[in-house]
Amino acid sequence: MTFLSYVINGVSLGSIYAIIALGYTMVYGIAKMLNFAHGDVIMVGAYICFYAVSRFALPPLLGIVLAMLVCTVLGVVIERLAYKPLRSAPSLAVLITAIGMSYFLQNMAQLLWTANPKVFPTAAIFGDKTGLGLFGGSLKISYVTIVTIVTCLVIMVGLTLFTRSTKMGKAMRACSEDKGAAQLMGINVNLTISVTFAIGSALAAIAGVLLCSAYPNLVPTTGSMPGIKAFTAAVFGGIGSIPGALLGGLLLGVIEIFARAYISTQLSDAIVFAVLIVVLLVKPAGLLGRQVREKV
Amino acid sequence: MKKSTLRLSAPAKNKIFTYGLVIAAYIILRILISGGAVNASLQGMLVPICAYVVMALSLNLTVGILGELSLGHAGFMSVGAFSGVVFAIAMQDAIPSAPLRLALSMAVGAAFAALAGVLVGIPVLRLKGDYLAIVTLAFGEIIKSLINNMYIGIDDAGMHFKLLEAPALTGGKMIIKGPMGISSIAKLSSFTAGFILVLIALFVILNLIQSRSGRAIMALRDNRIAAESVGIGVTKYKLMAFVTSAALAGSAGTLYAMNYTTIVANKFDFNTSILILVFVVLGGLGNMWGSIIAATALTILPEALRQFSDYRMLVYAIVLILVMLATNNPTIKGFFGKLFHKRPAGEEGAAQ
Repeated sequence: MTFLSYVINGVSLGSIYAIIALGYTMVYGIAKMLNFAHGDVIMVGAYICFYAVSRFALPPLLGIVLAMLVCTVLGVVIERLAYKPLRSAPSLAVLITAIGMSYFLQNMAQLLWTANPKVFPTAAIFGDKTGLGLFGGSLKISYVTIVTIVTCLVIMVGLTLFTRSTKMGKAMRACSEDKGAAQLMGINVNLTISVTFAIGSALAAIAGVLLCSAYPNLVPTTGSMPGIKAFTAAVFGGIGSIPGALLGGLLLGVIEIFARAYISTQLSDAIVFAVLIVVLLVKPAGLLGRQVREKV
Repeated sequence: MKKSTLRLSAPAKNKIFTYGLVIAAYIILRILISGGAVNASLQGMLVPICAYVVMALSLNLTVGILGELSLGHAGFMSVGAFSGVVFAIAMQDAIPSAPLRLALSMAVGAAFAALAGVLVGIPVLRLKGDYLAIVTLAFGEIIKSLINNMYIGIDDAGMHFKLLEAPALTGGKMIIKGPMGISSIAKLSSFTAGFILVLIALFVILNLIQSRSGRAIMALRDNRIAAESVGIGVTKYKLMAFVTSAALAGSAGTLYAMNYTTIVANKFDFNTSILILVFVVLGGLGNMWGSIIAATALTILPEALRQFSDYRMLVYAIVLILVMLATNNPTIKGFFGKLFHKRPAGEEGAAQ
């Protein structure tokens, strides 16, 4: 039974990583940049939801929607102000700008909301903490866990359908293949990139709420470590691929929980990253990544 | 024939110019310090500045010359810092002379970091681009995590090493105490030692770049396939640059750690790696001069912004973004291009 509960915890943590990884992977697929500020958008989303629910006593659902709205606007504004002027610049310059943006968001949060840890109102959002008892109560699953896993699946299916069949989704795929050719076909590349950032940031807000519901300690640096792990998950699954983000996230979550439970709590991060290295050595483009052959 | 002698003399002149300016900066600072013109907070920053300059120079070798993005350079700094300090503490009685102990500690730090560089480099350098970057990030995190859980003690029977828990000692003392790191370090680092390390790093890197191996490394960066087809061994030269870079970072780590009484593994985390990468990119890829200036300026900047207290890191972030936007703005670039139109095209390319 404990084994099963570890699996469920791992899948739940992995679902959060997967939702964050989607933001990284979509932006990377289209803009070919590592958006280091993504982890901090998660933190902003969590703070917005915290204030909406705890301080202003808004209904939880409204709080989440508000967080998504704010993050969407934030993501689009960041892209317009900081990344768009650098579209033709070398990729390292964009990377440093993204890092600068990450510092900016963290320090802004510290000024606005102070560095004192906030306790996230999990109970107010997801009802009581006891959760669902299975097998005569020997296996307990909290509602947060269930909601997290279901949300992740819904998002995955929705996003896959979106990129497969809507006009905007097709435009996104076209842009990630070849921006120049997409523009010649009459696709508005700038709009497509903005929409990608908007979707990624809205997902980040959801991930932020779910993350802080599971681990209810909110500080301005809350987003950075999950951000790095989710980025790792995106690479693990093959960056640029949506199913890859799901697979990478889930595997990373399960490995992390198992490492914590069976090997060592302190060394769990080291184990997660060691597995990543081994996987990349065997499959250099990630699990579901496409290996592009070099032609001479 | 005439052309080739001209081409050779330019880098040599450049080299002498670089050493000369660094030595001049050192002498000027020494005079200012003895004249009392340098305030205490800046004086306290001289050793960290030297350490960061060496870190930036060594990372520039990986990112600018070898052309591979590394996000875990602080990991090598950490290995160097901890191995160097452990050596210094263990040898406290055996080597009474402080400068000699510092020099040997730095050498040990460099050796251990080089070893880590070989271990990391052999698998990592097979990967490309962003995948290589993420694996270096992972290695940095693994090193941090391992050192955070490492316990080393010393007693009459010699060194004791254990993961996760403290080893049983008969008398003696603990050196590395897991997440508490190393405390009560003898402060051996000095500005002069830092300055000498900067000179050594410059000497090693500039000589490497201008050697046959250095040209092979840059050929690999510019076009791997073409370089391979003329018989340049990829692994050998990539590893050469990577390990040299790691060794220099290790000695910089020792220098840095010996400037403080306590040192913990969390000091050398992902943010530190990023900080050094910022120095390199801002200074210009492949431009050693730029790295020195950027590392110095960006170490002083947060201190200089101290009057803004709460806002200082915010201002730092904004400055960082604005500088990146400005240096990549076509209008501004065109303006400066016209201003320095006499500059040779090669230098312009290196400055980007």
